[in-house]
Parts: sequence; C-alpha cells; structure tokens
Amino acid sequence: MADLSIDFAGIKSPNPFWLASAPPANTGEQVMRAFDAGWGGAVWKTLGDPIVNVSSRFGSVDYDGRKMMGLNNIELITDRPLEVNLAEIRLVKKRYPKHVIIASLMTETKEDWRVLIQKCEDAGVDGLELNFGCPHGMCERGMGSSVGQEPKLLEEITRWTKEFAKTPVLVKLTPNTGDILEPGLAGVAGGADGLSLINTIKSIVGVDLDRLVPVPRVGSGSSNGGYCGPAVKPIALHMVAALARDAGVRIPISGIGGISNWRDAAEFIALGSTSVQVCTAVMHYGYRIVEDMIEGLSNYLDEQGMKSVNELRGRAVPGYREWGDLDLNYKLLAKIDPDKCIGCQLCMTACHDGAHQCIFPGSDAERARPPHAHAHGNAVRPKTYLAGKLAGDRVPWIDEPECVGCNLCQLVCPVPDCIEMVEVPHTGKEETWNDRVAQGRTKQPGGIHD
Amino acid sequence: MTSLLKKDRLETALPDKKPLYSSAEARAEAERCLYCVDAPCIKACPTEIDIPTFIKKIATGNTRGAASTIFDQNLLGYSCARVCPVEVLCVGDCVYNGWGRDPINIGRLQRFATETAVDHPAKNAAPLRTPKPKIGKKVACIGAGPASLAFAGYLALEGFDADVFEKRSVAGGLNTTGIAPYKLQAEDALHEVAWVESFGVQVKTGIEIGKDIKAEDLVRDYEAVFLGVGLGEDTKLGIPGEDGPSLTRDDAKSLGRVLVIGGGNTAIDVARECAGLGAADVAMVYRRSQKEMSGYAHELEGARLEGVRFVENAVPHSFVRDAGGKLVALRVSKAEGGKPIAGTEHDIPCDLVTLAIGQSKLRSLATQFAGVELDAKGCVKADRETGKTGNPKVYAGGDCINGGKEVVNAVADGRNAARDVLAKLSKGS
Ligand SMILES: Cc1cc2nc3c(=O)[nH]c(=O)nc-3n(C[C@H](O)[C@H](O)[C@H](O)COP(=O)(O)OP(=O)(O)OC[C@H]3O[C@@H](n4cnc5c(N)ncnc54)[C@H](O)[C@@H]3O)c2cc1C
Ligand SMILES: Cc1cc2nc3c(=O)[nH]c(=O)nc-3n(C[C@H](O)[C@H](O)[C@H](O)COP(=O)(O)O)c2cc1C
Ligand code: SF4
Ligand code: SF4
Repeated sequence: MADLSIDFAGIKSPNPFWLASAPPANTGEQVMRAFDAGWGGAVWKTLGDPIVNVSSRFGSVDYDGRKMMGLNNIELITDRPLEVNLAEIRLVKKRYPKHVIIASLMTETKEDWRVLIQKCEDAGVDGLELNFGCPHGMCERGMGSSVGQEPKLLEEITRWTKEFAKTPVLVKLTPNTGDILEPGLAGVAGGADGLSLINTIKSIVGVDLDRLVPVPRVGSGSSNGGYCGPAVKPIALHMVAALARDAGVRIPISGIGGISNWRDAAEFIALGSTSVQVCTAVMHYGYRIVEDMIEGLSNYLDEQGMKSVNELRGRAVPGYREWGDLDLNYKLLAKIDPDKCIGCQLCMTACHDGAHQCIFPGSDAERARPPHAHAHGNAVRPKTYLAGKLAGDRVPWIDEPECVGCNLCQLVCPVPDCIEMVEVPHTGKEETWNDRVAQGRTKQPGGIHD
Repeated sequence: MTSLLKKDRLETALPDKKPLYSSAEARAEAERCLYCVDAPCIKACPTEIDIPTFIKKIATGNTRGAASTIFDQNLLGYSCARVCPVEVLCVGDCVYNGWGRDPINIGRLQRFATETAVDHPAKNAAPLRTPKPKIGKKVACIGAGPASLAFAGYLALEGFDADVFEKRSVAGGLNTTGIAPYKLQAEDALHEVAWVESFGVQVKTGIEIGKDIKAEDLVRDYEAVFLGVGLGEDTKLGIPGEDGPSLTRDDAKSLGRVLVIGGGNTAIDVARECAGLGAADVAMVYRRSQKEMSGYAHELEGARLEGVRFVENAVPHSFVRDAGGKLVALRVSKAEGGKPIAGTEHDIPCDLVTLAIGQSKLRSLATQFAGVELDAKGCVKADRETGKTGNPKVYAGGDCINGGKEVVNAVADGRNAARDVLAKLSKGS
C-alpha cells in the first residue's frame, strides 16, 4: 500500500485529505467524527467575530436527475463565539495529536489579526489559513474576496500575519479575479508558506420563477452567493495548474473545488497540489466518502508503481502546453463498435448539428455532402460497415475523410467504450503553430483580405 | 354520462395496476430518457407520437407541452397511455432493451402528461386545444369508439360539425365496455369522451344506424361519414348446455372456480380480472398448447404470477348442469393440433365458465352504403393510409377494418381519415 502521508510546509498529515473550511468543519464534535472516518486534517470553519446568518442559505444546480452538481451559498463565517471554537480545537488536538487542524481566519485590523492568531496558536493549531476568498457578505464589509481581489492589500495583510505567526500561514485565494497569478504571487511576496484555492465563485444560482426572486430566497430578496461543488472543478484545476507551473510560486498548494472522489483528488495532486480540501461532497454524502478516497488513491498509486503520493505531485504539470505548442499533425478518427452500439443515434445528431456533418444512418449507403463542409463530394459508407448485434442497421457510419477528430460523438455516446478515437498514423513530423510563426507560414487561404 | 354507470360495478373492486406517477416520479423517469434521434419507439407507435420530445418536456417541467406533443398525433393519448400493450409497442423498442437495461416507462409517462395537463392544468394555463371557428361543414360517425372519437375530435378542432351516433346508452366503445378495469375503468373512458365532446363533438347515444337512421340518409346529409362500428357480438361455442343461468358474471359477488375459454388477450384479461377479484381458482382452457396462445408473452407471464393455471390441448365438449340447471362442470376432450380426440372426454368441475374466443364481424351495416365492400374475412375494405372505402364519402377505421387490433390502431385510423378529409377540403373538392 502506497504511503499517503504528506508534509505541507512543515505540517505533517497522515493523508492529503482535509475538510475545507465550511459547515463540515464547524464544530469539534464534527471534526472528531471526520477524523474517525479517515480524514487527515480539517481547516476549521473561518474564525473571527461571530456573525449572524440568514435563512435560507443554499441553492443548487441539479442535472438530469443528479442532485447538487453545483452548490451555491450565502452563509458567512462562524456564528459561534471564538472561545467556544478554541476550547473545541484544544480538545480535538489533545485527542487527535497526529491529525491536522488549521484555523481559517478572517478579520480587519492589524491588531485584530495579532490577537486572533495568538489565541488560535495557543489553542494548538498546526497552521493558519487566511480567508481572502468569501465572495458574499463579508466582502461588502471589506473582508474576504475584497482583499483577495486587491493584490497589494492581500500582500500587506499576509505580511502582518507572518509577523505574528509561529505556525505556517496559508493564503486562501478567490477565483473571482482575472488572473490567479496576481493574488498568488502577492501571497508569495507577503511571505505565505502555502496557497489554498479555490474559494467559491461569485454566482446567482437560479431564479424562483413563481415569485420572481433569485435563489436562495430570503423573504422577498436574495443576494449573490458563492458557487462550488463538482461543476467548479475544471475552473479550480486550471487555477491550481497555473500557479503550480509558475516559477515565482514555489510554495505548496492545497487544491480545493469540486473534489468528490479519489480521481478528482489525484487530478489535483497531479497538477501540483500537496493536500486537497473538500466541502460540497461531504455536505452531500457525509464524511464516509473518505474511505473510498483513501483506498482508491492508494490502489491507483500502487498500480502506477508509485510508492508515495509525493511521486504523483505535479506529474501532469509539464503536460500542459500553450496552444501554440500543440502538434498540428496529430490526428484522431472516431470508430464505432457496431456490437456495443444501441442505435440511439445521438452521435449522429451531435456530429450533424454540432460538429462536422460526417455521421450517417446505417440504412444509407451514400449521402450527398452539405455544401459548406470540407473538400470532397459524396460520402460513401465504408466497405467495412457492419450492422450491429443490438442495433442492426441503426448503427451509424462515419465518413472518415471528413471526421476532424473532435471527439464530440464519443462524449455524447451513452454506451461506455462504444466510440473509440483511434490515432491516424502520423505523417511526417510534429509541427506546431509556433513553428509556423517562426517560419513565417501562418497564412491560411481564405482570409479577410483574400 | 357517467351517471349511466351502475355504482357498485364489480370492476371498481380492481385496483389500478399502473397508477398515476407523482410529478417527482415522472421527472426521475423522464430524466433517464436518452433523447434518441429518429427514435425506434416513435416508429413502434401506430400513431407515431414524438416520444423523446414529450418525455424531455416532462423532464423540464413543461407538462402541458408534453401533453400537447402527444395530442398532436394521438387525441386519445390519455386512454392509450393506459391500455396500450406498450411492451410490444414503444417500450419494446426502447434502445435500453438491447443494452440489457430497463426500458423507459413510456406508457406511464404518457399517462402522467395527459392526465395532469387535462385534469390538473396549472393556474391560468391556456386550454390544451381550442376548436377553430365553425366552417359550416358536417361529418357523421357511426359508433362512439376510439376510431370515431379520434376522427370526430380532430375534425371538430378544425371547425367541422361532428355528430357521433352510438347504438349503446354509453359512448367510448370498448374503452368503456371491454378494457380490463385494472387498466382503465368506465368512468375514465367516459371522462375522455367528455373531453372530446368539449371540442364541440355531438355524441348521440341510443341511436343505431341502419335501424333508427338509414345509411343513405347519412350520406345525403353529411360531407363525410366515418364507419367506426368495431366488431359484433361475442362468438359462442355452440355446444350443448351453453345457454344457462351461470354464463354471466354480472352478479358474481364471490367467484368460485372459474374456467376461461380462449388463449388470446381478452381471455387473459378475464382470467386476471377473476384472479384479482379473489376467485378460488382460475384456469384458462385452450385447445392448443400454451406456447401457441395468441396472447402477449408479458400478459401471460402476469397471469401466471397472479396464480392463473393453464389447461392446454383441451376442447370444450359440453356444459354439465345439475337438475336445477346450475353449472357443475365443463366437459372437455383432449385435443391434438386443436382438434378433439374422440373418447377422451372428461369433466373439469367449475362454478363459472367465461368465453373469450373472439367477436363476430358486423357484416350487415357496412354493405348498406353504396360502394362499400367487405373482404373475405368480413372486414370493411378500406385504404390503410386514409381509411377511404369504395364510396368517396365514406371512410372506415378501427376494429371493423382490421378485424380487431388495439385502441391505438383505431385512433390512428380515425386520425388518418380526418387528415384525408382536411386534405380534400384544402384542395377545394
Ligand atoms: C375484452 C377486450 C379487451 C381489450 N383490451 C385492450 C387493451 O388492453 N388495449 C388495447 O389497446 N386494446 C384492447 N382491446 C381492443 C380495443 O378495445 C379495440 O381495438 C378498440 O376499441 C377498437 O375501437 P373501434 O373504435 O374500432 O371500435 P369499438 O371500440 O368496438 O367501438 C365501436 C362502437 O360502435 C358502436 N356501433 C356498432 N354498430 C353501430 C351502429 N350500427 N350504430 C351505432 N353504433 C354502432 C358499438 O356499440 C361500439 O360502441 C380489447 C378488446 C376487447 C374486446
Ligand atoms: C456553506 C459553505 C460555507 C463556506 N464557508 C466558508 C468559510 O467560512 N471559509 C472559507 O474559507 N470557505 C468557506 N467555504 C468555501 C469552501 O471552503 C470551499 O473553498 C469551496 O466550497 C470549494 O470546495 P468544494 O467544491 O469542495 O465545496 C464555504 C462553502 C460552503 C458551501
Ligand atoms: S451514440 Fe453510441 S450508441 Fe448511440 S448510435 Fe452513436 S455509437 Fe451507437
Ligand atoms: S470526432 Fe467529431 S467530426 Fe469526427 S465523427 Fe465524431 S463528432 Fe464527427
């Protein structure tokens, strides 16, 4: 079994799975149950002066029967007295000395930060996370994302906290910014020991069409909230990767955003995260999901021949290229397995209306090409066409010379492994757009001035 | 019209086998639909309802739109949803079957859409269908079964005056009087009739064409006449002892041992109804082997699960009655290839025998229309696409032209004939 333990800027954790600062890490009782379930650490629900919350607080996006593909909230930081939280932190640290507790913090003046940090460290926390990310409520009061969106301010407050802190300081970034490198590098300049991202994305999750008020509805009104959950994962991955590959950022990253299982976690780690944090998936299914995360990640590492999770970290970072450095001569072709096909013909309509008009019904031997398509005249069913075991001649065929290898058909096909994208043998050598730029060969026929 | 129904009819004791989905159930089921292109389920539906489209509309909460999509093709989508043998029609062709997954419950979704939109429309919802202003043209239908109702309904929506003559006291045809009550009860069938009447269709019950009104008078007075007379009387065995007091199940409050003669879908319906009503024992008696029964496999399986027994290769010989005329047994002969073997007669004790061996053809009425002909089997000859008969003013559809199929086929025929009338009108002839 692979070693899952990590060292995050000096903080040792039995595994990379931490609860994000949110309702699942609200109280000591919860955090202890989470540790019993297998979580390696918890970033406590953000501490500061207790706030007042509203009702309701959440809204969600469901998709085709699956609930909470995306979650939106207008909750603020902790609503419990600081001393109560600190007493619980003390107790948890006493009972679970090997597990990680990080205090998430949010406050205003330099003096506030000094007192808050000192109290938390006295309670025994392993590290601090500065919440510069909350995009609702707190930002209206000059905190949260209103700091995260001002690199200079972020750098200065980080510097204050480093003056006072004895434990590592993590800066939690907001994705509500044009270029994530700006706040990320500002954190580094302020002396941060690590970066956490992403916090939630500013959003309106929907509108109650009966009352004509956005949701979540609080009486006759609503407010923008923060969006998280599986839907935000691609945005978070992109931001984590951007920081991981930047030479100016050489501090560990705690990846957050839409992580629901070990695969998501492995992806964040492969793009440069040292630990990962989870909120929505736990709010949806409970702490128990960590069992599969631990097992799945460990099995995966074994199968990849990696002895430790540290070997996976950052492994996919070099695979990221600028678009201009991608090989223009690499080609794929869609191939349908006639015996797996159930004849739904979704690939056909997707290709016709949304791609390159080159998938046709099995019953047609020949089809005239639409005039706007690529070079050739009539599309002829391949000689190798085979009717399927399940779908007979409802198995569509692909006009291969016209297929551009976009793989839309594969994405829409409901049957696993039914459409495969096969590599066309590489003709000649690799060539990128940047190669062409270097050689002055960027002009394609049919331009604006032709 | 529902007031014509007896209150304590036996059928009301049979619960609905496929009850109305709640909106959450409907949505969950609708969301499973793959939304196939040129979908096989559409082709399997005799009325070619655009099934994936109406299902997706249910999934988005557009129930009224879903119902509208259904009614575009099938004005009696409400009863069809409940009585269609979907296992051999749309559901049987769902692509999920080939994949080994549960097919979509299309019938129940169709019931949800039609029943919800018709009976529980949203506040301020526009009516599902509004008839066009009258165009001053009259059509007549003979029989108020599904075929005629579809024909009359579609034309009434186009501004025709549509009169439907029904010889019975209640309308709806076999939807009201024949369908197994655990699928559709008479009240529901009449509810659908009332909906069609709301488009301006005039249903006139208790009038038998050929007797109360002459065929030629109809042809003279109306633009077009539609024959939707269905089939005739139930076929009898013609064996000794058949006509006696125990042959009706009207007053059967407590059913004892029941024998159902026949191997078709009606026989299965009757057997399952008797089982559902708590009969002590139900057996289907068929002259050939069980494999050769013409009933649908899924229906036979349902009957088997409900405890119905099968007596194969047995031909009724005579009814055995005691001195008071009360039925005590059915005497049957063993059979080979459906033919009795002499000397093999034996008695099966029973309290009730029901016959489900088909309906005769109504030969006499059709031929009273000049130019209308019957084929060798006694079915009215009509064009399968348009319902046109040998008389340019007379159309026919439903059981009387196909010898007895399903409600949905009758609806398709009525609709197609209506479309032909409209096409003629727009051509100005
Ligand atoms: C017991 C039974 C169970 C069935 N179960 C199903 C089922 O589960 N699902 C399914 O899809 N199909 C079922 N069917 C078949 C279905 O009922 C018929 O296919 C369908 O009703 C045919 O419609 P129709 O309009 O052609 O005729 P019908 O429904 O038979 O209507 C014809 C009407 O014409 C009237 N009529 C006849 N002559 C005259 C006249 N001279 N003047 C005035 N009126 C006249 C009759 O009284 C009758 O009301 C079943 C049939 C039977 C017998
Ligand atoms: C209800 C709710 C409350 C949250 N409260 C906080 C908070 O107090 N402090 C904080 O730093 N982040 C807070 N977050 C953000 C989460 O910590 C996390 O960054 C975000 O939800 C993305 O992770 P996920 O996709 O796993 O949910 C909150 C999120 C939710 C849904
Ligand atoms: S999407 Fe897949 S299953 Fe459907 S027709 Fe295309 S290849 Fe066949
Ligand atoms: S890969 Fe793209 S272009 Fe090729 S068949 Fe599939 S959808 Fe069409």
